Amino acid sequence: MLSSVLVFAFERPPIDWHAIAPELTLLGFGALLTLVDVVWLERGRAISSVLASLGLLAAMVPVLTLATDGADRATFWGAYVIDDYSLVMKAVFLLAGYVVVLLSTSYIAEGDYWESEYYQMLLSAVLGMVVMASARDLVTMFVALELLSIPAYLMATWRKRDLRSNEAGLKYYLMGVFASAVLLYGMSLLYGTAGSTILADINAAVSDASDGTAPLAVVTLGVIFVIAGFAFKVSAFPFHTWAPDTYEGAPTPVTAFLSVASKAAGFVALLSLVFVGFWGRSDVYQPLMWVLAAASMFGGNLMALRQTNLVRLLAYSGVAQAGYMLAPLAVAGESLTTADDALSAVVTYLAIYAAMNLGAFAVIIAVARRTASAEIDSYKGLFHYSPALAVAMTIFLMALAGIPPLGGWFAKFEIVLALISPQTPWGVALGVVVALNSVIALYYYARIASYMWVEQASAEAGFDTVSPIKVPTSVSAALVLTGAATLAFGILPQWVGHFTDVTLLATLPS
Amino acid sequence: MTDFLNDWGLTLVIFIPLVGALVMLAVPAVEHQALKRLALLTSLATAVVGALLLLDFDYGAAGDLQFVVDASWIDVINSRYIVGLDGISLPLLALTLVVVPLCVIYSWDHVPDPGNPKAFFILMLILETGMVGTFLAQDLILFFVFFEVVLLPMFFMIAVWGGENRRYASIKFFLFTLFGSALMLLSFLALFFLSTDPATGESLRSFDMRLLSDLAGAGILSATQIWIFAGMFIGFGVKVPMFPFHTWLPDAHTEAPTVGSVILAAVLLKLGTYGFVRIAVPMLPEGAEAWAPWIGLLAVIGIIYGALGCLAQTDMKRLIAFSSVAHMGFVMLGIATLTDFGINAAIFGMVAHGIITGMLFFVAGSVKERYHTLEIRRLGGLLTQAPRLGWILGFVSMASLGLPGLAGFWGEFPAILAAYSPADGLPVEVFRTYMVVAAVGTVLAAGYLLWLLQRTAMGKPSEEFADSDEIVDVTRNEWISWVPLLVGILLFGLLPGLIFDVIDPAVVNLLATGAGG
Repeated sequence: MLSSVLVFAFERPPIDWHAIAPELTLLGFGALLTLVDVVWLERGRAISSVLASLGLLAAMVPVLTLATDGADRATFWGAYVIDDYSLVMKAVFLLAGYVVVLLSTSYIAEGDYWESEYYQMLLSAVLGMVVMASARDLVTMFVALELLSIPAYLMATWRKRDLRSNEAGLKYYLMGVFASAVLLYGMSLLYGTAGSTILADINAAVSDASDGTAPLAVVTLGVIFVIAGFAFKVSAFPFHTWAPDTYEGAPTPVTAFLSVASKAAGFVALLSLVFVGFWGRSDVYQPLMWVLAAASMFGGNLMALRQTNLVRLLAYSGVAQAGYMLAPLAVAGESLTTADDALSAVVTYLAIYAAMNLGAFAVIIAVARRTASAEIDSYKGLFHYSPALAVAMTIFLMALAGIPPLGGWFAKFEIVLALISPQTPWGVALGVVVALNSVIALYYYARIASYMWVEQASAEAGFDTVSPIKVPTSVSAALVLTGAATLAFGILPQWVGHFTDVTLLATLPS
Repeated sequence: MTDFLNDWGLTLVIFIPLVGALVMLAVPAVEHQALKRLALLTSLATAVVGALLLLDFDYGAAGDLQFVVDASWIDVINSRYIVGLDGISLPLLALTLVVVPLCVIYSWDHVPDPGNPKAFFILMLILETGMVGTFLAQDLILFFVFFEVVLLPMFFMIAVWGGENRRYASIKFFLFTLFGSALMLLSFLALFFLSTDPATGESLRSFDMRLLSDLAGAGILSATQIWIFAGMFIGFGVKVPMFPFHTWLPDAHTEAPTVGSVILAAVLLKLGTYGFVRIAVPMLPEGAEAWAPWIGLLAVIGIIYGALGCLAQTDMKRLIAFSSVAHMGFVMLGIATLTDFGINAAIFGMVAHGIITGMLFFVAGSVKERYHTLEIRRLGGLLTQAPRLGWILGFVSMASLGLPGLAGFWGEFPAILAAYSPADGLPVEVFRTYMVVAAVGTVLAAGYLLWLLQRTAMGKPSEEFADSDEIVDVTRNEWISWVPLLVGILLFGLLPGLIFDVIDPAVVNLLATGAGG
C-alpha cells in the first residue's frame, strides 16, 4: 500500500546508470571522505588527499568506458547528454582536478588547515563541473554551477586567519551571487518564452522569435543576461573585477583550480548554450561575443603589463586567455563547418590551457616555498640557483604566449583558423586582434623570463639564493605531468586534436 | 645507403642537434669538457649527414625536391610532416651545417659571461634544429613551427650572454619577430582557405607548399592576393630585416654574444629572404607583382640608409649590423625583380652575405676580446699589433664591399644587373632608377668599409693599448673556425658556378608557373 503511494507520488525517470557512473563515483568518494573523517577523526587526515586523487582517477574509468562505447546517450528526458564533447571535457576536469590535488597535498598538509573538508569541497566542485559538461537544460546547468561555485567560495577563504584570503572569498562570493542572479533572471525570461528548460526546445523558441511568435526583445534580453552571467564565471572583461583579488588572496592551489577548472566549466556552459540553446540567434550572440572577446583580450593584456605580482599577472593574463577562447564564438553561427571548427578550437584551447596554466601555478607553489612570495621581483636569478624550475616556468610562460613548439601555439592556431574560416571581415578582423594581442602578451611573459634568466638574485632578498629549491614529490609529479602535456601538445598536436575534434550540432534539427 | 638517406637523411639532419641537446641536458653542468665535446660531436655528426646528403644529391635534377618525406602529422588541420631538399635549400642547408660547428669551436675556450656552457650549447643546438628545419620544410605549418623554434634560443642567447643593454635588445628582437610571424600565420591561413582546386573549384584546405606553389595563386582574386602578400611581406620583412622594420637588428647584433651575432647574420636573416623566395613569390604571383615596386623601393632605401647608417656608427659591431641592412637590401632588390636572374642573384647574395658577414662578426668578436671595446675611435693599428687578424679583417672587408673575385661580388652585381630588366608587367623605368641608386650604394659600401679598415687596422696602436699583452694574433681555435669561411669566400668568388648551377634549375622551376613565366 505504502509502496503504491510512493510510486504514485514519485515516478522515477529511466536512468542510464552507465551514463552517470563518473558522477556517482565522485559522489561515492566524496561521501567516503566524509565518513573517514567522521569515523577516524584526526587519523583520517593523512589519507584524505590520497582518497581524493583516487576518486578523481576512478571517475576516469567510466569516462573511458563510455568513450570506447562510443554511442551518444541522453538521459533524464534529454536534460543530460553524454557525447564525445562532454566526455572530453569531463576528462579535462578530472585530470585538472587530479593535478590540483597534487598541488594541494603539501600546501594543505603543512599549513594549519582543515584537510579532509578541503578535499570534500574539491570533489564536490569537480562533480559540479562534470555535471556541467553534460547539462543540456537550464535547471541542470544552474544546479551544476552552484555545485561548483559554493565549494569554490569556501576554498578561496581556506586560509581563514589571513585577511586577504577572507577578502578573496567574500569578493568572489558577492560577485558570484550577483552573477547567479543575473543568470537566473535571463533563464527565467527564456523559460517564459520557450515554456521549457531543455536547451533544444529553447533553441526552437528563440529561433522562431524573429518571425514574431515570441517577443523579440524578451528573447534577446534573456540571451544577453545568460551570457553575461557566465561571463563572470570565465572572468571575461568587464566582468573580471573579482579575479585579481580573489586569485591573489586565495591559497595558491585554489587559485590554480579557479583559473583553470572553474573557468573551463564556465566555458562548457557557454558552449552548450551557444551551440545548442541559442544556435538560431547568431545575430545576438555573435556581436556580443565579438565585443567580449576583443575587450577581454585588450583589457586583460594591457592590465597585465603593469602587474608586479605574478599571481595577479596570471589573473589578468587569464582574462586575456578567456578572450581568445570567446573569439571563435563570434563567428560560430556563420555556417555548420565554422561552428564545428569553432567548437573544436575552444575545446582544444581549454585542454591545452589547463596543462600550461596548472604548470605555471605548480612552479609558483614550488618557488613560494622558498620565497614566501609571488612578487615578480622574487623570481630574479631563479635560473642561477634553481635552473630546473626556471626552465619549467619558461616553458609554461612561453606556451601561454603561444610560441611554437610549446603547446599554446596549437591552441591559438586553432582559434585563428576558426576565425578566418568563414572569410567574413569581422572574423578576419578578430583574427588580427588575436595576432596583435599575442604580441602584447609576449612582452610580459618574456619580461618574467628575463627576470629569471638575466637578473642576479639580490643579496637582501631575505631568502637562500644559492642552493636549489627542494620541490615536494607531489608538486614534482604535477610539474612532470603538465610539462609533458605542454610539450606533447605542441610537438604532436594531433594527440589533443584527435580528441577535441567534436561536434554539438548533431543534436540539432538541421 | 641511398635508400636510408632517402627515407631518413633529412629527418636526421633536422633532429640530430635536438637529440644532442637532450643528451646534454642529462649531463651535470659542471662537466664542461664533456658538454663541449658533446656539442661539437653533435654538430659535426649533423654536418656529416649533411655532407652525405650533398654527395647523394642528384645535381642533374637540382630543380626537383629530393629525399622527400611525407608523413602524417596534424590530421585535424591537414598539416603534414613534409620535408625535401632542392637547389634553393641546398646551399642554405650547407651554410647552416658549416656555421654551427665553427661557432662551437670558436666558443670552445671562451663561453661568454656569465658562463654556463651547458645552457649555451644546448640553445645553440636547438637553434640549429630550427634553422635546418625551416630550410627543409615543405608544409606551411611545419615551416612556421621551425621558423618560430629559433626565437626562444636566440632570445635567451642575447638576454643571458649579451652586453650591457641585453634585456632591451632581446625583448625588442622577440617582439618584432613575433609580430611579423603572427601576421604571417594569418596569411598562411588565408592561403589555406582560399586556394581552390582549378579542376573542381573546391577549396583545397592544404598547407602543402609543393601544391600551393604549383597552383601559384590560381583562383585567388588579385585584390585578395595583395592583402595576403602584405601579411607575409611584414612577416618575412621583419626577419630580413627590411627598412623600416630593421630597427631591432642593430640592437640585437650589438648586444648579442659573438657567436649569437654570427648565427644571426649568417643564417637567421636568411630565413626571411628564403620565405620570400620559397613561399610569398611563387604562391602569390599577382600579389608579388603588385608589391614588387614597393619591395624594390624599400630595398634601395635599405641599401642607402644602411650605408649612411654605417658611416655614422662609432661602434664596430653596430657598423657591421647596419652593413647587413644594406646587403640584405641587395638581396631584396634581386627578389623584387621577380626574374629568375634576380632571384638567383638573391640566393647567391644570401649565401655570400652569410659567409662574409658571419666572418666579420667573428673578427669583431675577437677584436672585442683583445681590446675590450669596439669603439672605433679607440682602436687602431691592428695591422701592427696583430697583423694576421688585421689582414683577415682587410680581406673580409674587401669581400663585403663586393670586390670582383670574392664571393660578395656575385651577390651584388647580378642583383643590380637584374634590376635593369625586371619581369614583364613591372615598371621598367622605376627599376632602372633603383639600379642606379643601388649602384651608388656599392660606392658608399666601399666608402664605409675602407674607412673602417683605415681607422681600425691602419695607423699606430692607440696609447691605451700600445703595451697591452692581451693583444695576441689569431689563435689556433680561431684559425680552425675561420679557415673554412675564408676558403669559401675565395672559392665562391672565383667559381660562382658552384652555387649558381645548383640554384638555377630550382629557381626556374619555382617561377615556371608564377610571375616569371
